[in-house]
Amino acid sequence: MDITGRKLFLKALSEENVDTIFAYPGGMVTDLLDELYKQEDIRLILPRHEQGLIHMAEGYAKSTGKVGVCLVTSGPGATNTITGLADAHYDSIPLVCFTGQVPLSLIGNDAFQEVDIVGMTRGITKYSVTVRDRKELGKIIKMAFHIACTGRPGPVLIDLPKDIQTQSGDSQYPDSVNIRGYKPNESVHVGQLKKAYKLLKSAKKPLILAGGGINIGKAGNELLKFIEATKVPVVTTVMGKGAVCSDHPYYIGNSGMHGRYAANMAVAACDVLFSIGTRFNDRITGDLNEFAPNAKIVHIDIDTASISRNVVVDVPIVSDAGLALEKLNEWAEPQETAEWLAEIRRWDQENPLEMRRDRGMTPQMIMEAIDRAFPSGIVTTDVGQHQMWATQYLKSAGSGRFITSGGLGTMGFGFPAAVGAKIGNPMEPVVCITGDGGFQMNMQEMATAIAEGAPVVICLFNNQYLGMVRQMQQLFYGKRYEATCLRRRKDCPPNCKGPQEACPPYVPDFLQFAKAYGAHGIRVTEETEILPALEEAKSYMDAPTIIEFIISSDELVLPMVKGGNPMSEMILK
Amino acid sequence: MKNRWIALYVENEVGVLAKVSGLFSGKSYNLQSLTVGTTEDETVSRMTICVTSDDITFEQIKKQLNRMVEVIKVIDLTNVPLHMKEILFAKILNCSPVDKVDAFQIAQVFDVQVADIGKDSVLLECKLTERRNNELIDLLKNRFKTIEVVRGGAVAIESISTSCR
Repeated sequence: MDITGRKLFLKALSEENVDTIFAYPGGMVTDLLDELYKQEDIRLILPRHEQGLIHMAEGYAKSTGKVGVCLVTSGPGATNTITGLADAHYDSIPLVCFTGQVPLSLIGNDAFQEVDIVGMTRGITKYSVTVRDRKELGKIIKMAFHIACTGRPGPVLIDLPKDIQTQSGDSQYPDSVNIRGYKPNESVHVGQLKKAYKLLKSAKKPLILAGGGINIGKAGNELLKFIEATKVPVVTTVMGKGAVCSDHPYYIGNSGMHGRYAANMAVAACDVLFSIGTRFNDRITGDLNEFAPNAKIVHIDIDTASISRNVVVDVPIVSDAGLALEKLNEWAEPQETAEWLAEIRRWDQENPLEMRRDRGMTPQMIMEAIDRAFPSGIVTTDVGQHQMWATQYLKSAGSGRFITSGGLGTMGFGFPAAVGAKIGNPMEPVVCITGDGGFQMNMQEMATAIAEGAPVVICLFNNQYLGMVRQMQQLFYGKRYEATCLRRRKDCPPNCKGPQEACPPYVPDFLQFAKAYGAHGIRVTEETEILPALEEAKSYMDAPTIIEFIISSDELVLPMVKGGNPMSEMILK
Repeated sequence: MKNRWIALYVENEVGVLAKVSGLFSGKSYNLQSLTVGTTEDETVSRMTICVTSDDITFEQIKKQLNRMVEVIKVIDLTNVPLHMKEILFAKILNCSPVDKVDAFQIAQVFDVQVADIGKDSVLLECKLTERRNNELIDLLKNRFKTIEVVRGGAVAIESISTSCR
């Protein structure tokens, strides 16, 4: 029996076990919404902006391991998801994003709310396609879910013209799909792995660099076994944070632009760098010629194209992180690393990761209090200084529990991602660490959090500036704070060098904002207030809480490596 | 940096050409020529791509192409014996009678066809290698005042191995 496209759409969602869909209405998806109205198995979340929507789906997908499903209308609905698609593409988050489209006969006419969204998103999705034939609909949706969550996960966009949604056709939704051009690697080359292990065994100063691939591949336990068996120290990337628990004796810290001194020194000094699930982003390598200059490099990654792109490696291995580590663990035996570990510890003692404690409240204190108040749970961050402080000081977030926009660095990500994570994990506490700049980029999602009963705890670091850029202006641009002061108004003096008593008040008042939505708001200015505020926020189950931490404007993220410099050249003070 | 050749089998679908060419522009790869047409299987198109790159970039290009869902197969033709031809039309305009004689002589030497002729114009149809076509254009540009050229980009196929003859 034939069914309409919209019915097949719903059937496909239910066959794919979709339990939540993030949807924003519009003229070209009304038929699909009508179909969703008629059922009760799939929960529809209505965010307040399509960018918030897609970040919510990302937070949901990352924290549950399921595919995040989005439904938006054509034109502006579709273009508003672009940043999120790019974000998911960089950070390998499985999404299937359905966009409505004008009827096939109108495509190309500059019809109302028509855009070539497939053309726009080709470079920032894993796969992007317009359904041009009702016969293909089932196959394409099946392909989309398959592509999104296999191999290196990523976003897939399906553009659904209005007439495809209403047209009748085959009722079958395929069980499986065979795509001749898409065969993700499901094995590992044992010969290469042996070569890699032999190299590691020969090393005097071996080092593991663990990237986001460990968290995505759920390989944290295998990695832990490997480290404990071999006694090889580990550094992580931002996306790899949580891959090893932070107080493990072999864990050094994050490496990279704002990495721990000892971690960057270890990368610079190691003789074998055993990297797993990282693409050697420029924030990790710094000056490529000076990156791990003494090391033979092993590179395990699921994405062939990530290997030998930025850094030419000695032993390339295309594999899922978990699969490779499982095999490696069959051979792993202890190595003589005591001296090397001692050297690393000396670096750590020389320049420990520590903020001043002499006056006022510092971000480190806040992170430590978050660790105490939320020993387990999910943490999302936005992008900027607070994000780097979180990667540096936060200890609690375990593998896959630290959700941040690492690759694209999308401001406005943190809060909606937290709401999405809470929707996917209602029993777990969800903390959103954000800044006053980034929070304002998607704070309309407070309405969604209230409507969906997602009592996330928002730790808002307010330094009255777009701090990360302000930091660069302070260090490299003679304190010319152009476009970074959020208290600035049109009557301010042109050459202002920083905040003073006479500055205009900060807008918005975040506590009033919380109140306007029926959320809770707490302002914290002193160290002693941090923990009580977090405990209070934890007790609110009805609505989100904004804890606004008023921190000093001139707080820096240190160490810092200037873009393009070698990683061993860190600004420490 | 040198010229390299790829034969690319792709799904014969809307947007695939845009996606492949978009990869080259998006990642600043130096595309020299790209031709595309359907194969014996109408669901599959085959592209012949020429790029100028160093070794590392070329490896990366092949990997990037390979990971596209619509790409079925990537074949590196750089060091493979192959047959390669490019179609080219050259119209010589404002010819004097002497020019015409010269045009016919050039056609003979380069082994190309004279496809059409007018009162003061000659149309040459060439199926030569890309390099030979370049030489021909240089020659025509030097010898004649006004020429009009259209070229199709090279297509290439692997030679039949001597052991298969």
